[in-house]
Amino acid sequence: MNVPLPVFIAIPLVAAFVLPVFGRKGKGAATILANLATISLLVLAVASIGRSAVYEIGKWSIPLGINLVLDGLSSLLLLTVSVISAASMLFSVRYMEQYTAKSKYLSLFMLMVAGMNGLVLSGDIFNLFVFLEIASLASYALVGFGCEHEELEASFKYMVLGSIASIFILFGIALVYGNTGALNMAYISKAIQASGLNAGLGFALCLFIVGFGLKAALVPFHAWLPDAHPSAPAPISAMLSGVLIKTLGVYALVRVIFNVFGVSVPISWVLIVLGLLSMIVGVFLAVGQWDFKRLLAYHSISQMGYVMLGIGLGALILAKGGNIAWASLAILGGLFHLVNHAVFKSLLFLTSGSVQMATGTRYLKELGGLADRMPVTRATCTVASASIAGIPPFNGFWSKLILVVAAVQAGFWAIAAVTVLVSLVTLISFLKVQRYVFLGELPENLQSVKENKNSMLVAMIFLACLCVLMGLLVIVPSLRANILDPAVKVLTDGLLYSANLIKT
Amino acid sequence: MPYALCFLLFMVGLYCTVVKKNIVKIVIGLAVMEYAVNLFLIMLGYRTGGTAPIIDKTYLEPVTGQITAGFINTSVDPLPQALVLTAIVIALGSLALMVSMCIRIYEKYGTLDITEIRRLKG
Repeated sequence: MNVPLPVFIAIPLVAAFVLPVFGRKGKGAATILANLATISLLVLAVASIGRSAVYEIGKWSIPLGINLVLDGLSSLLLLTVSVISAASMLFSVRYMEQYTAKSKYLSLFMLMVAGMNGLVLSGDIFNLFVFLEIASLASYALVGFGCEHEELEASFKYMVLGSIASIFILFGIALVYGNTGALNMAYISKAIQASGLNAGLGFALCLFIVGFGLKAALVPFHAWLPDAHPSAPAPISAMLSGVLIKTLGVYALVRVIFNVFGVSVPISWVLIVLGLLSMIVGVFLAVGQWDFKRLLAYHSISQMGYVMLGIGLGALILAKGGNIAWASLAILGGLFHLVNHAVFKSLLFLTSGSVQMATGTRYLKELGGLADRMPVTRATCTVASASIAGIPPFNGFWSKLILVVAAVQAGFWAIAAVTVLVSLVTLISFLKVQRYVFLGELPENLQSVKENKNSMLVAMIFLACLCVLMGLLVIVPSLRANILDPAVKVLTDGLLYSANLIKT
Repeated sequence: MPYALCFLLFMVGLYCTVVKKNIVKIVIGLAVMEYAVNLFLIMLGYRTGGTAPIIDKTYLEPVTGQITAGFINTSVDPLPQALVLTAIVIALGSLALMVSMCIRIYEKYGTLDITEIRRLKG
């Protein structure tokens, strides 16, 4: 069965415009509808694994028309987005009861999912920009959803930096169009291969790195993330940290560099340096935080550094014409860490939301002794903390192990050492979280705290199970061959992307 | 020369966004940047003395029915215009959201000065 690609965009988009029709009275129906939409997207994403397809919108063939492309990398990202959005939607069934205007929240949520799915599938650089803006606009509104002082301030800051990033990307697209006369990524890539990079295209590449780097919150461009991610409602923090910075930032950057411009040694070093900076600066800023969600937000920066580092190492080996197997190992580490980070960071944000909903605070010093009161939250939080710190049976361990092995094989001992060191500091900061939230004395005012119920628990347990089981993705050969290897192959093939696409 | 002026406009917008303290001025700076990029896109497709890219019977080869090379070489590129339309609509959406956020911020803080809107730190 062929999965029709526009369905991935059409389902959330239609849901986004239908949901606000339900007012305060039809809140239950709207919630059920939104959950059905995310779960059906998850089913479709699972069904589309291991397939590749090109869909031409309106039957216009590709240099003239717009196309959607499903390849290994897109389907990996599509799967991640669907898993996290299904879990967050399930979590927000109860969590969002504390806010007003729930149907508007659901509508913005679906709009964000539509933007991300469209961005991942788009084979056309201008549509990539349009979907990026759809997802960004929805996320700006969602960050300010609480409408209190901090939320509005964080949202405004995020909006200014996000708009600058979008304008840079649009400027880059204009330069690319002026130099190559094409908007389709495959044709741009062909034109660049034929003529080589000139000054205009080089400038466009710089603009893309700055623009997508801002969206991904890599270190010199990270200022907005620690404000924006904690200010959003917890399920939205999970979406933002879990998938938005990956699809809007890392996926788009990697797609443009590997498949359109082609890798080169200086660009690979830029990626590696950005990755290393993000890892180190993010983790050290995180250790000093006393706000639970802010600490998690700084860890997102640090973990995105791992992803960039793996992909940058792969790019460096490819650009130097080294062994393809080593390059694919490094890229595999990066992409696998991307998926793992989506799962455990979303789970951590959901547990922080659960703690915040039960106790009314997220300031670590005011919490304590919740281990007996909230056993499920405690257990899931422990699993996620162990995963992010890279403790053996959990998923974070496998991807970090692959990254370290790849760095050692490529001869970068220092990078391998930094990777391990950052992992240790991560472990320290999560021991602090465990110590202050779940252990120690229960404060007077929290004596009556109770565990949250139903759908919130289901969402957290679902993600915790994934954390435990995802190590299987690299261990079981058939799973790895179907899910991770095609995505790695898209990147190691690099410029063959255009050749494959134009031929079909 | 027009490209340099367009780049200057872009830099004016960027300067305004980065340096100004008033949040409404920041929003205006972002809008100026958007317009500079839109202008740049339009200039890419512009051809001095070109015709409108609308195909008429007189522009078709009488025998083969193909579009004449003369028309292709003198007409303005229509694609950037379509792109700019889309970009303007997106910019309008984000501008509306930003301005409404400014109104909400003014209601909460009673000021438009970003040095006074500082509750988040660290």
